[in-house]
Amino acid sequence: MAAATAMPQGAAATRGAIRIEDVVKIYDPEGAAVMAVDHCSLDIAAGEICMIVGPSGCGKTTLLNAIAGFHEITSGRITLDGEVLCSTEKPRSTPGSDRVVVFQNGALFPWKSNLDNVAFGPVMQGKLSKTEAREKALSMMADAGLNGVEHNFPGEVSSGVRRRIEIVRALMNDPKVLLLDEPYRALDSLTKSVMHEALLEIYYRNKVTIFFITHDLEEAIFLGHKVAIMTSRPCKPKKILTVDIPHPRDYGVLTSKRFRELIEETNEAVHEEAVKAFQSGEKEG
Amino acid sequence: MAGRKFDSKALAKGVFSIVVFLVLWEIGSRSKTWITAESLSGFRDALGAMGFSKKYLPWIGAIPAPSEVVLAWGTVLFDPGYWHSWMMSGMRVGGGFFAAMLVGIPFGLALAVSRTTYGIGFPVFELLRPIPPLAWVPASIIFWPTQELSIAFVTFLGAFYTIVINVVGGARSIDVRFFQAAQSMGSSKADIFRRVILPGTLPSIVVGSAVGMGITWEVVVAAEMISGGGSQVGGTSGGGLGFFIWNSYVGGSYEQIVVGMISIGIAGFISSELLRHFGKYLTPWLRLR
Repeated sequence: MAAATAMPQGAAATRGAIRIEDVVKIYDPEGAAVMAVDHCSLDIAAGEICMIVGPSGCGKTTLLNAIAGFHEITSGRITLDGEVLCSTEKPRSTPGSDRVVVFQNGALFPWKSNLDNVAFGPVMQGKLSKTEAREKALSMMADAGLNGVEHNFPGEVSSGVRRRIEIVRALMNDPKVLLLDEPYRALDSLTKSVMHEALLEIYYRNKVTIFFITHDLEEAIFLGHKVAIMTSRPCKPKKILTVDIPHPRDYGVLTSKRFRELIEETNEAVHEEAVKAFQSGEKEG
Repeated sequence: MAGRKFDSKALAKGVFSIVVFLVLWEIGSRSKTWITAESLSGFRDALGAMGFSKKYLPWIGAIPAPSEVVLAWGTVLFDPGYWHSWMMSGMRVGGGFFAAMLVGIPFGLALAVSRTTYGIGFPVFELLRPIPPLAWVPASIIFWPTQELSIAFVTFLGAFYTIVINVVGGARSIDVRFFQAAQSMGSSKADIFRRVILPGTLPSIVVGSAVGMGITWEVVVAAEMISGGGSQVGGTSGGGLGFFIWNSYVGGSYEQIVVGMISIGIAGFISSELLRHFGKYLTPWLRLR
């Protein structure tokens, strides 16, 4: 696959390849058919960070929900490592711990301590006992630099820390794919840049495929191996950019010449879609 | 809100306001005849012209002064009948309230979780809910074999509706993200019920219980007055605080009416404080808001 050239060095991931084939999603509330996703095809290699960029409400989240199994698709097919997740015949995939979602506004359970939140998945799946899961959670949180907040509730830590905990919670399930739905949207730009480096650091240790939705082009190019710029509703890839800046990356990339060039190359396409979305007055979806 | 440090200024303010209130009350009830004072004769004449014949305003002068109330209380404190009234009302409130929790929480959860249960159960519930608990008193006396049970049933109704409505509302307002997150981490339906719906509804259960407890006290007092106090023990004050007040009124002991009223205030305060502390213990994550 073409994206293989941009794969990170070190142990290449062997699982988590997503193939989106000709997916269509039509919302049909009371007969008024609204096409959210229009014959969308996209290949994501195992262990690749694929950034999905598009204006608000363009249908990116619909795609993520289809992969996660929260919503049905109308037609088409999505496979994970060759296995069909959902298709025209079986429109809704079964949610599973191989594809864990990190939500836009965060979904740490407020009634559980941070540690118990992180330990949640393996216990649910019966893979680990509660004690074992807590031990693993402690060490994973320590690895991610999250010491000292284990016994707090999510409401007691900053939103940036919450987001990091949530990513660790997702990784505890040993997923093939991490589905991130604008996880840093609500953060200020300074916190955001810290979060980006933290995410990459986690990624370099656990090579999972990352499906990352954003409307921030800089974020997309900084993090991604591949950036798919989506059209405004209905949603499909307008331009797919392979980011040839080598990983591991750090904050310095943001001021590099190549980074600026890539931004310039894609800025217009993104802007065009944003204008279209604005004119059609699409609401948040 | 919670977790605040002890505030001596707030305490001083509280004591001050209570003292001022008591002083005003004392002055108010002792100056029964203030309107006869010469300086106010013009005002009295004006009132007379408007058709008032009394020499004083019935406003607060008719109520016993706090000092009289305290004296009456002093004697009542040694009357086992008074404490028996406390116990009777407390047991009715406790019984009705716990029955309401026991039935209301599962019922509310069932309504919230299953569309079928909701479709079948909610219309009847909504039809019965607007009927004030006190309207149930006669029917309840006819239906239940003992008066005790009929009073307990009416107090049960007082808390039941509030608890159910809060549980349904609370369970339904749990963010869908929590369900999706739990699902994607491999939770079964039973897991989701236990680890998402139950803890997610807990704050609403606590709120509903606190409100329900308040209504329970309102209802029990009125029910005791209407039903004549249930089982009679120890003469004048055997059938609960509501009956204690009613009996004092019938017997013309006005100080005791106020004693009964304040007793209910104290009882209500104690029960909501207990609930609040228990609620905080159950929902530690809300302490930080």
